[in-house]
Amino acid sequence: MIGVALRMLFGDRAKYFGLIFGVTFASLVLTQQPAIFWGLMTRTYGFITDAGLADAWVMDPKVQFIDDIKPLQDTQLYRVRSVPGVGWAVPLYKGLLRARLENGSFQSCNVIGLDDSTLIGGPATMLEGRLEDLRRADSVIVDDVGAATRLARPPRFPGDPPIPLRVGDLLELNDRRAVVVGICKVSRTFQSQPVVYTTYSRATSFAPRERKLLSFILVGGAPGQDPAQLCARIEAQTGLAAYPREDFKWKTVTYFLKYTGIPINFGISVTLGFLVGLAIVGQTFYTFTLDNLRHFGALKAMGAGNGTLLRMIVTQALVVGLVGWGLGTGAGAMFGYVFRESQLAFRLPIWVLVLSASAVLLITIVSSVLSLWKVMRLEPAIVFKS
Amino acid sequence: MTTVTAPNPSSTANPGGAPAIVCRGVTKSYGSGAGTVAALRGIDLEVRTGEMMMLVGPSGCGKTTLISVVAGILDRDEGECLVFGQDLDAMAPNERTRFRGRNVGFVFQAFNLLPTLTAAQNVSIPLLLNGVGRRDAVRRATEMLGRVGLGERAASLPTQLSGGQQQRVAIARALVHEPRLIVCDEPTSALDHDTGHVIMRLLKNVALGEGRSLVIVTHDARIFGFADRIARMDDGRITSLATPDAERTAREG
Ligand SMILES: Nc1ncnc2c1ncn2[C@@H]1O[C@H](COP(=O)(O)OP(=O)(O)OP(=O)(O)O)[C@@H](O)[C@H]1O
Ligand SMILES: [Mg+2]
Repeated sequence: MIGVALRMLFGDRAKYFGLIFGVTFASLVLTQQPAIFWGLMTRTYGFITDAGLADAWVMDPKVQFIDDIKPLQDTQLYRVRSVPGVGWAVPLYKGLLRARLENGSFQSCNVIGLDDSTLIGGPATMLEGRLEDLRRADSVIVDDVGAATRLARPPRFPGDPPIPLRVGDLLELNDRRAVVVGICKVSRTFQSQPVVYTTYSRATSFAPRERKLLSFILVGGAPGQDPAQLCARIEAQTGLAAYPREDFKWKTVTYFLKYTGIPINFGISVTLGFLVGLAIVGQTFYTFTLDNLRHFGALKAMGAGNGTLLRMIVTQALVVGLVGWGLGTGAGAMFGYVFRESQLAFRLPIWVLVLSASAVLLITIVSSVLSLWKVMRLEPAIVFKS
Repeated sequence: MTTVTAPNPSSTANPGGAPAIVCRGVTKSYGSGAGTVAALRGIDLEVRTGEMMMLVGPSGCGKTTLISVVAGILDRDEGECLVFGQDLDAMAPNERTRFRGRNVGFVFQAFNLLPTLTAAQNVSIPLLLNGVGRRDAVRRATEMLGRVGLGERAASLPTQLSGGQQQRVAIARALVHEPRLIVCDEPTSALDHDTGHVIMRLLKNVALGEGRSLVIVTHDARIFGFADRIARMDDGRITSLATPDAERTAREG
């Protein structure tokens, strides 16, 4: 009778496509929106994962996330180095500085200062030049997106595309000369400013004079050290906050989840997508069942028990759910694929698929329960009513 | 025409097969309180194996209600009704559904074929419901369609068939699992006169020919002649029970 149920479903083209559309729509929204949301969330910690060598991040105890800079005194670096189990510890400067472009306009940049001798915490990929070129005088490395957009020079003729910043070009950072020696690729972060890498000492010389300039201390454990235990020891001995890399990543995500409107905005989209999908599918499926009520009645009269009818209706709903979910998530993934080179934040982890599958399952369950309720209570005697 | 399968000494007034249906004092009303409609007010009726019984009478007299009770798709209020010796009301719902699936065939005024299934697939449904495998079911269904003269149209959809052909498919569906009782509600009233006669001959020859009992509700006087006996109903009661000839004499006299 499953075959009969499927032929009933496929035979009614209009309703079948309506149902598929509803589920596809819902699962598209329920895939694409959370994927963008998750893409944005992973951007919040892009900088942390880029600095992959560090086992632990040490900072002021009041720091809440990666862009929340509460500088330390330089002497803290030596205190951390003296904690047992610390293999190495290097300073990291992170701050927003004003760059003056050749045409005189200003652009604020996310300046990263790397430990002068090790250059730990540098960009993941170099497109032009080498990281070691930072050892040359006044040198900086700029990220490709920043170089091509905000730091680009205006075109010679109006209407032409802007001219990207290139190796050898000059910048002024807080009135100090800087030479571009490399172009790198960084994980996109939440901050849209161009990223400018340089050495720690040069970054602090660019920065306005302040008593404290050390943003983070990156720590590598001695061989065999458990990062969590190491962090506990650092905290106990220095009074600073220390987090294993993963923990700092999640602390950052958690901050954005808690203190920004982002989850709510996406939550609203997702809820609306779910409700609209539910309304379309629930309503169409119920109408489909009502249209077939006299056939269900006839089947009942001819000896189809409630178990058989239940299997038929659940099969119909599940097929609609499965096909629509496949199309919807497929379209969602396609969306991400088409925009893979763009600035769009899009990540499609398994949990998003699980989420959309569960939502679709819920939609099909609710829809078929309505129909089942109707068909189970159906008096087979209606078959003789014309 | 009537196939006599066994002598029935207990009802000498009604020569024929063993009793297939025995109703005694059956009542049924719809609704409750002031809006109650008494559809059956004490029905006594016996239908025998190999007999075609027609139920006739004015609209609203309770014909459909009576065959619904007899076919086990509607509960009666009072009285007794045995179908092949079994009291359907005493059965659990599932048991009764299975009983219907095995023993009862239905023919409806509006055919009630599933529009998205071919003729053969429609006819195979009762077999599928009785646990026959799909391939086997379609084969037997196609054979059955051959017997109602539609062997060539097994792959047609209902919409590609005329009304008479659709009703023949429906008859094939009612017969394919070899039920012992067939109930038909106005099987010819959606059809023209000639087609109606084709259908009735089919019911008489193919369905009855196998020792089944048929109960046919109709108000179409032109087919009365096919019946073995005609039960005339009025206002929830059976007012007369006669052969077609006697019935015609009574009507015309
Ligand atoms: N589901 C129902 N609810 C309430 N009343 C009903 C219902 N079904 C039938 N009735 C009433 O019961 C009575 C008998 O109905 P039934 O359908 O058995 O008549 P019928 O003889 O088949 O009529 P027709 O020739 O018009 O089909 C009628 O008065 C009808 O209005
Ligand atoms: Mg009727």
